[in-house]
Amino acid sequence: MGKVLMKGNEAIGEAAIRAGCLNYFAYPITPQSEVAEYLTKRMPEVGGVFLQGESEVAVAYMIFGAAGAGERVFTTSSSPGISLMSEGISYIAGAQCPAVFVNIMRGGPGLGGILPSQADYNQATKGIGHGDCRMLVMAPASVQEAVEMVMNAFPLAEKYRNPVMILGDGLIGQMMEPVEFPDHLKTEPSNKDDWASNGMDHRKRSERNLVRSLFLDPTALNDNNLQLKAKYDQMKKEEVRSESYNSDTDYKVLIVSYGTMSRVCRTAIDALKEEGIDVAMVRPQTVFPFPEQAVRDAAQKESCKQVISIEMSMGQMVEDVERSVRGGKPVHWFGKCGGDVPTPEEVVDVVKSLIN
Amino acid sequence: MQNEIMFAGFGGQGILLIGKILAHAAMEEGNEVAWIPSYGPEMRGGTAYCTVVIGDRPIGSPIIKNPRHLIAMNRPSLEKFAPDVKPGGVILINTSLIPVDSGRTDVDELKVATVDIAKEVGNVRAANIVALSAFVARSGVVTMDGLRHCVEVEFSKKPKLIPLNMKAVDAGEKVAKKTS
Amino acid sequence: MGKTFQRPEALSDTMTHYCPGCTHGIIHRLVAEVIDELGIRKRTVGVAPVGCAVLAYNYFDCDFQEAAHGRAPAMATGIKRVRPDLVVFTYQGDGDLASIGMGEIIHAANRGEKFTTIFVNNAIYGMTGGQMAPTTMPEQRTTTSPFGRNVEDVGMPIKVAELISALQTPAFISRQTVIKPKYINKAKKAILKAFTYQVEKKCFSLVEIVSTCPTNWGMTPLDAITWTEENLLTYYKLGDYKTPD
Repeated sequence: MGKVLMKGNEAIGEAAIRAGCLNYFAYPITPQSEVAEYLTKRMPEVGGVFLQGESEVAVAYMIFGAAGAGERVFTTSSSPGISLMSEGISYIAGAQCPAVFVNIMRGGPGLGGILPSQADYNQATKGIGHGDCRMLVMAPASVQEAVEMVMNAFPLAEKYRNPVMILGDGLIGQMMEPVEFPDHLKTEPSNKDDWASNGMDHRKRSERNLVRSLFLDPTALNDNNLQLKAKYDQMKKEEVRSESYNSDTDYKVLIVSYGTMSRVCRTAIDALKEEGIDVAMVRPQTVFPFPEQAVRDAAQKESCKQVISIEMSMGQMVEDVERSVRGGKPVHWFGKCGGDVPTPEEVVDVVKSLIN
Repeated sequence: MQNEIMFAGFGGQGILLIGKILAHAAMEEGNEVAWIPSYGPEMRGGTAYCTVVIGDRPIGSPIIKNPRHLIAMNRPSLEKFAPDVKPGGVILINTSLIPVDSGRTDVDELKVATVDIAKEVGNVRAANIVALSAFVARSGVVTMDGLRHCVEVEFSKKPKLIPLNMKAVDAGEKVAKKTS
Repeated sequence: MGKTFQRPEALSDTMTHYCPGCTHGIIHRLVAEVIDELGIRKRTVGVAPVGCAVLAYNYFDCDFQEAAHGRAPAMATGIKRVRPDLVVFTYQGDGDLASIGMGEIIHAANRGEKFTTIFVNNAIYGMTGGQMAPTTMPEQRTTTSPFGRNVEDVGMPIKVAELISALQTPAFISRQTVIKPKYINKAKKAILKAFTYQVEKKCFSLVEIVSTCPTNWGMTPLDAITWTEENLLTYYKLGDYKTPD
């Protein structure tokens, strides 16, 4: 199949189906309601399940129930809705079930606004729910990348038996771009008979399976948390993804930026190059685990004098950038909040101000 | 090389649709494209606009402050966005609704009475296709054949509407040539 | 002579943590007997609540999932929608179902989700130590209503069976109790019906079971039974509130 022009939200819905996920529960919220509007028509065509839940709180447990029963399942929402789901995400992580959550971020806090934002960075990467729970978080910068990340998310969620989040901003959901759905990213769901409550008569073993996050015995709780930690450590080893731009030059400034914001930075870097100023960028594709090594290596290049985190938030990822650079070079921040996406011209000015 | 085309007007004028058709045609001709809608609160208040970016390499910023071209379907859109258009670009003015000029001397101003022309070809609702066709004929951002193909694809689920819209494409092309 | 009485296969051979005089044990047994009689143990998934029955999965020998407080109906919805061939039931208390989870139970019932809810109403929060529930009776003393439930302040107790019956979709809603043998057989019949309707893919079903909590009521088990008959059963009337067809 060739390229088709699709809106990000619709492409995300289609990508899940192409990945082999036929179960979707969701609650409407701007700017991602098109996913539900798309899948309410599409799921019946492929024999899948579509249900609009009564709230994001309930949807998170529909996801938990379906995941616990061993089926591939996903949902999509936007910032305030993700806050409501965060309780359930913590339970899903605690019970070690695979599930995929898509957050098409809008501005906050509170109701905030409905325009693009990256202000849920800390929530997604550090504080998604109570307890020591983490998710693998991937941040697409184009509709095509969103498609591929969604398709990859299901096997990754199963590999780690843990929630995986696709962290996009409103523009990724609302833009139309040409997309392809790579056949090789369609995967078979893993066998879940050793843990899922999918009915004893389907399994060879005679014991029943329990899906739970309650461990009243502190030793058992500690064991569960150590298992979770081992998985997060493994993610840090095996799943870090990032991309570099203009990094084979003697750049003076290193930008770290992700998602839609990184595209604005790319345009700014091109414009600066025309003026004879070389600037490089590291674009995290996974924000948890964060590409610490790539950022540190890029910052350590001798020509690099300044590092700047550019994000659509009031300065969240910058803390990870500082942590990665480890004091070797000055780390700055530039950003704006939901809706007011910085333009390439603004980025150019900010970078120039660092040099002069 | 990158072209940015802004489409702006009232909600209901088919603004987002003609943007999508142009993006589709550009994609079919092997370009990188992005279609960026405005989806803020303003979409609920009646104005609609979108930007189509066409390039020969992956599209960078989807935030376009200065588009190369503008299709203004109502007066507020023209007044708001005409000053932003890059010199040398095309500004299409829908004279059926806009009684003023862009005030720019460094652009190619293309005046099209889209509603009147659409009425002539059979239905006022084809005014958006008249505008798109006139713009494409003038700017050459895609070929007319490519445009015709994508209009057909767009209406393939309502084939009854294809002849009307093809007439609208012809009429738009004609008026662009006549006024050039 | 063969065995006339034995532990149902769907119950584990485990001592429960329930207090003396608590009726959870009887209700567990009735549910397990029904599961055995319908021969569905190996395709049944229970959903445990938060409350005294949070550890119910230690006592039933079938697949189980554990929900957050009040969310069992949403979880059961997720399981049943993706695996309609499974038999799914939630087992919930009054704080779980009628307070924090009221939204989830109403919507699951109203969608007609084809699972079964066993709702154990003992008019108090048991696990957290005897706080007031939405079903606590007027003047009933609890740790958060030490002078008795003041209905001027917090309203009258919620009648869940009646409330859910006001919805058009759900088809089998019944209220029973297990405080005396004469009630137990009726309760079992209601539970059997509820599961049978699910197996027949008919409807959502809910059986409310009026229960005791001698520990948190501060009574002996016998006094708790008398108090239930005199106070709870006069307010929470037994019977079928809705039946299919």
